[in-house]
Amino acid sequence: MAAHAANAAHAHHGHKVKRYKGLMDWLTTVDHKKIGILYLLAGGLFFGVGGLEALLIRIQLIKPMNDFVGADTFNELITMHGTTMIFLGAMPMLFALMNAVIPLQIGARDVAFPFLNALGFWTFFFGGVLLNISWFAGNVPDAGWTSYVPLASPTYNSGHGVDYYVIGLQIAGIGTLLGGVNFMATIINMRAPGMSFMRMPMFTWTIFITSALIVFAFPVLTVGLVALMFDRLFQANFFETGSGGSAVLWEHVFWVFGHPEVYILILPAFGVISEVVSTFSRKRLFGYSSMVFATVLIAFLGFMVWAHHMFTTGLGPVANALFSIATMLIAVPTGVKIFNWLFTLWGGSIRFTTSSMFAIGFIPTFVMGGVTGVMLAVAPADYQYHDSYFVVAHFHYVIVGGLIFGIFAGLFYWWPKMFGRMLNEGLGKLTFWTFFAGFHLTFFVQHFLGLMGMPRRVWTYLPGQDFDTMNVISTIGAFLMGVGVIVFLINIFVTAAKPRNAKADAWEDGRSLEWSIPSPPPEYNFKQLPLVRNYDAWWRVKMDGQAEMPAAEPPGPIHMPSPSIMPLIMSIGLFIGGFGFMYDKLYLAIGGIGITLVCMLLRSVFDDHGFHIEEDEQEKGVHA
Amino acid sequence: MKRLIPLLAGMVLLLSACGGKSDLSTLKPQGPVAQEQFDLMKLSISIMALVVVVVFAICIYVLIRFRRRKGDNAIPKQVEGNHKLEIIWTVIPLVLLLILGVPTINSVFKLSKDYTHDKNAIQVKVTAHQYWWEFEYPQYGITTAQELVVPTDKKVAFEIASSDVTHAFWIPSIGGKIDANSGVSNKMYLDFPKEGVFKGKCAELCGPSHSLMDFKAKAVDPASFDRWVAAMKEPAKYSDDAAIKAAFENKCLACHAVGETNTGASAPNLTGVGSRLTIGGILYNDEKPVEDNLKEWITDPQKVKPGATMPSAEDIGLTKDELDGIAKYLANYKLDY
Repeated sequence: MAAHAANAAHAHHGHKVKRYKGLMDWLTTVDHKKIGILYLLAGGLFFGVGGLEALLIRIQLIKPMNDFVGADTFNELITMHGTTMIFLGAMPMLFALMNAVIPLQIGARDVAFPFLNALGFWTFFFGGVLLNISWFAGNVPDAGWTSYVPLASPTYNSGHGVDYYVIGLQIAGIGTLLGGVNFMATIINMRAPGMSFMRMPMFTWTIFITSALIVFAFPVLTVGLVALMFDRLFQANFFETGSGGSAVLWEHVFWVFGHPEVYILILPAFGVISEVVSTFSRKRLFGYSSMVFATVLIAFLGFMVWAHHMFTTGLGPVANALFSIATMLIAVPTGVKIFNWLFTLWGGSIRFTTSSMFAIGFIPTFVMGGVTGVMLAVAPADYQYHDSYFVVAHFHYVIVGGLIFGIFAGLFYWWPKMFGRMLNEGLGKLTFWTFFAGFHLTFFVQHFLGLMGMPRRVWTYLPGQDFDTMNVISTIGAFLMGVGVIVFLINIFVTAAKPRNAKADAWEDGRSLEWSIPSPPPEYNFKQLPLVRNYDAWWRVKMDGQAEMPAAEPPGPIHMPSPSIMPLIMSIGLFIGGFGFMYDKLYLAIGGIGITLVCMLLRSVFDDHGFHIEEDEQEKGVHA
Repeated sequence: MKRLIPLLAGMVLLLSACGGKSDLSTLKPQGPVAQEQFDLMKLSISIMALVVVVVFAICIYVLIRFRRRKGDNAIPKQVEGNHKLEIIWTVIPLVLLLILGVPTINSVFKLSKDYTHDKNAIQVKVTAHQYWWEFEYPQYGITTAQELVVPTDKKVAFEIASSDVTHAFWIPSIGGKIDANSGVSNKMYLDFPKEGVFKGKCAELCGPSHSLMDFKAKAVDPASFDRWVAAMKEPAKYSDDAAIKAAFENKCLACHAVGETNTGASAPNLTGVGSRLTIGGILYNDEKPVEDNLKEWITDPQKVKPGATMPSAEDIGLTKDELDGIAKYLANYKLDY
């Protein structure tokens, strides 16, 4: 795009594009940095909602036979907690980091498809809003985030609850899929001159692999959701056992998506940890090429193990044995990563910042979640663990102790790059200690609850089963985590009131390209695209005593994509259409989809040439 | 290594020490199936504890040894990697997985053995319903609910299915679970070598009262089991009071069954319900008299188990007298075994 821009600059000088200010700027932006911030805001909002749901769950379970919430409400809470946290909290926050960092790390001026990027954000957002409107409509999904049929089928779930799940996730899923396609294309095509694949930062690598996982796994979910939607809205029989459908089929479809999803979540966290550990120990990432290989292998194996979620479904001994062994194998590349991090720290000069504390806290915590994963892979033992609190403990260890620690590490690390301000370290460390302690307090005891016979997803439990004390401990821990999150929010507000004075290389030990440009970067990121000569390019340049990356092109007008309101309107169209389908209002359904289709038509008919930022304008430094 | 063994032994000891109730906990196995699963747990926990200890040790050492001292601005040596080390931490985990994988496969096949055609095994057809369990003994032509009775001297071969949504059949202290699917049945066997009552649970989310879908497995000596089978096969007993009998037949037996009226019932079989340990699986008869529990349950099942399909006494027009009479009759409907 840039080379093209330089050559064709004069041909397009005539195009004047309207630049918006204020709210309209945010609604029309196609700038990856702003979209990253939008993802962070929306993801953070949904993360908060999911967190509140978690606290209500823990209050209900604080004592036996509690009636703080009813049985129906409880099932709604667990369903929405899981769905919201995975699809609307964790993934968007990863997308926030991806958007904020990837183009900068690979030395690009934006993603490959900026318009699609905005469309991806808005479809995710409206999908999430649609799902959460269910709370106000009084019909909330209540069949678990896995939405197993027949419980989620129209026969046993006649209200609109699961419709919100099915349609909300389809709309939000479009956004995720677009994001995956976009980042795959971006990383393949838009790396700066000289940045070969084996010179890419580790975070870029993990996002590249994650995008590939999204591209292969999300269509499976979409197919499953469409089939369930047909069952629910049009009386199809994909999963209706009474009419020859198969309930086990849904389990397969869900987990063929669902297991890779686990790696979609955790691989980016691996990437963040790699960057943070390396930066704050002032050392090159140990065993970079084996890290890359381990990432690819984990992703590949991730598609081969879905049936370990179904050891008790009754697939027979051959399937259970094969999936047991396949699952255990994932421990090997994961172990390689753990030891590589430890040996990156080994011999380093470790600086303790909030970011590095989260990253270092991640290592033992994730190992604990990993080893219970191997334990779960032992199929006959899993007959005992399955669907018990042991599983709840396990996946919170990998998702919260892994992914959320990783997101916190990444947010503290890249905050100056995103906003130009350093988060307060004192408050940050308070967040770390409360969240870390609260996390282990909440989930460590849950392993034992499960082993002692407490099934998961229980609304309440009878007294006299030895469950009482540990549930109290767990609830206390959950509130401590809540305190950590509140301190983080305070930190954001305190920081926002401070001057915007973060340095380009905010931590002074930055190694990759994003630290070679101002914090926050100008709209066009790189005035001249950098020339990359090795892995850790920026670090090597600094070590050679230079203050700037060598440029790969002469300065010149920079071609930029033009902002557009269309992604927002298209997503609103889908949102309206979703309600039309759910409530059987044909005019709404056709109208909503119509809006989206008309936008697509307009987009295809009228060429968008973008615009140019001339050299004299570049100096003004249009900040994100 | 030598120093680690006592540590691992300690871990295992800790597991069994704070292991919960012996009628419920997977850590206090009461039969060979649960024992085999517990042995695998111990093996995997030991191996994993080893991994955790190594990682924690390196982590703590690194954090203390290599922290940046004040004023230290030296640039550490930039290391690319180390092939020898990388091979070590690839091969050792593979060996550990081999140690874990072989007994796993062995056990998967062993526990999947099919005893459903074994004449020496007790055959039980388990049907899960939204929120209760039905146990049919095809060899004896009897059906009961909520309380599985088995002899201590024979294997029990289960064929498990669901009549509505997916449930999972789990008696933690006896053996791991298997799903009750709708439309297809699953097979599993268990052994109950010790006499006693073991708690059973539904482990798959099945609706509002999923958490209350408990049942009991009662293991009795072989002679007692034979007496139980004989008692179950006796003709049904009814209330002496003709009005109560009529109300019971018209209002309860529309769905429930007693004695020989087994077949086709869509609600739990009530034969000998007075001698069961619980009403509805969760109202314990040793905490309150069985008659009170029955009244509580019949008056408003929704209050005890939200989402239960049984109508309330009011819905079916049961008068106070009829309710009392039926509760009394059922409370006294006991089996002697």
